[in-house]
Amino acid sequence: MQVQDLGPLWLTLHLAATTALVLLAVGTPLAWWLAHTKHPFKPVFEAVTALPLVLPPTVLGFYLLLLFSPNSAFGGWWLQITDTTLTFSFTGLVLASVIYSFPFTVQPLQSAFEAIGRGPLEVAATLRAGFWDRFFCVAVPMAKRGFLTAAILTFAHTLGEFGVVLMVGGNIPGQTRVVSIAIYEHVETLQYAQAHVLAGILLVLSFTILLIVYGLNRYAPLGRA
Amino acid sequence: MFMRSFVRSALALHRPLVCLFPLVSLCLAASGVAVGAEATVAVAANFSEAAKRLVQRFESASGHRVRLVSGSTGKLFAQIVNSAPFDVFLAADTATPSVLVERGFGIGESQFTYALGRLVLWSADPQLLQGDGAAILRQERFRTLAIANPELAPYGLAARQTLAHLGLWRRLASRIARGENVGQAHTLVATGNAELGFVARSFLSAEQASSPVLGSRWDVPAYMHDPIRQDAVLTAYGKTNAAAFEFLAFVRSAAAGRIIHSFGYAAERP
Repeated sequence: MQVQDLGPLWLTLHLAATTALVLLAVGTPLAWWLAHTKHPFKPVFEAVTALPLVLPPTVLGFYLLLLFSPNSAFGGWWLQITDTTLTFSFTGLVLASVIYSFPFTVQPLQSAFEAIGRGPLEVAATLRAGFWDRFFCVAVPMAKRGFLTAAILTFAHTLGEFGVVLMVGGNIPGQTRVVSIAIYEHVETLQYAQAHVLAGILLVLSFTILLIVYGLNRYAPLGRA
Repeated sequence: MFMRSFVRSALALHRPLVCLFPLVSLCLAASGVAVGAEATVAVAANFSEAAKRLVQRFESASGHRVRLVSGSTGKLFAQIVNSAPFDVFLAADTATPSVLVERGFGIGESQFTYALGRLVLWSADPQLLQGDGAAILRQERFRTLAIANPELAPYGLAARQTLAHLGLWRRLASRIARGENVGQAHTLVATGNAELGFVARSFLSAEQASSPVLGSRWDVPAYMHDPIRQDAVLTAYGKTNAAAFEFLAFVRSAAAGRIIHSFGYAAERP
């Protein structure tokens, strides 16, 4: 048997962790806003948030290919300030994954924030807690499970990313050759032994992650933290 | 439980229709045989546009129907080995059909070279490839070079051989983006994501309707890589299919040869 190249596995873990961190930073304010807003267009924003759940990755991949191209306004601007393109780069994959895994962060957080309700926050306000105080000392501890679920699900979902990466990644080792692409190539070239090793690792890893999520929910359900 | 009773009552309601169904499908099948048979042809991505034209001509002349499935040669090979229902395989190399024959998935006597592919270095930028393409590659005045995956696609292999011939394969490794097949390499260049790419000349032929970008090009000299002989083979699955058989005979014909040539494939044919 040939020596197994585990590079794609580390790259995938790196990508998933980065995506989860970025999404927690971006998704938290949005989920907070969605949980509390009375905006008449709230359903529209919620629908947009859920789009990556239903769209095929090819739709996302196609649009990203056009968006990332140096010929587009955004791609051209990016090229000017960074001197790199987003296609075929790790940064590009992070951006793609952030869009792709968006609902997996926002939805658990939104339900966690909604479950807290206005009560505890209003009580804190009567005790003269400022906004940030209320957020970090009341909302965040109470939505702890929501944060954990969001982070874990985002991480896990990014591990399974394939179609988008196939379209905008370019299969570059160390940059965009993630484990799903490596498995695909092994299968296509009939190197089943190598495919088995990577697929097996991914299977066990994904199962473990989901087990943690469901275990957490069983012993401390989302709603009552 | 609910589902089952629901299905049963639905069936009871439509009993006359349900009885008719086998009869109707039998009639349809019988009429199908009378009009013409149907074949599914797996075609390497580089040849898919030319194949479409061939199929049009063939269908109107024969009354048979042909469905095309396009992909990289390596992928289509794996699918045939795993019993995909393909009657004919138009590959992008000779090795893959030969292996199919060796393993009993292809019919040896049916194998022949239907086209000689040519490799082109192409850019969507009309200024980039003026003059010697090899020199431009050596100057590295680009961020990304798109090629088809050499492990999967013969045009990718030819691209790697060309870069190795120029002594650039290792040096450019970090700048090479691999498309799953030569069609994806073409897309990456056409959308401007890669400045340069090794693509099939057939993609740039005047016949190719889906190539609105002209750009600039360098025809890779044939001696820089092994010839891209593209072989066709009848699969074991399709050996009793009349449409498949006749389609292969048509591909060998002089009329088909002219169409193939008009798509940018080299003239030399067996």
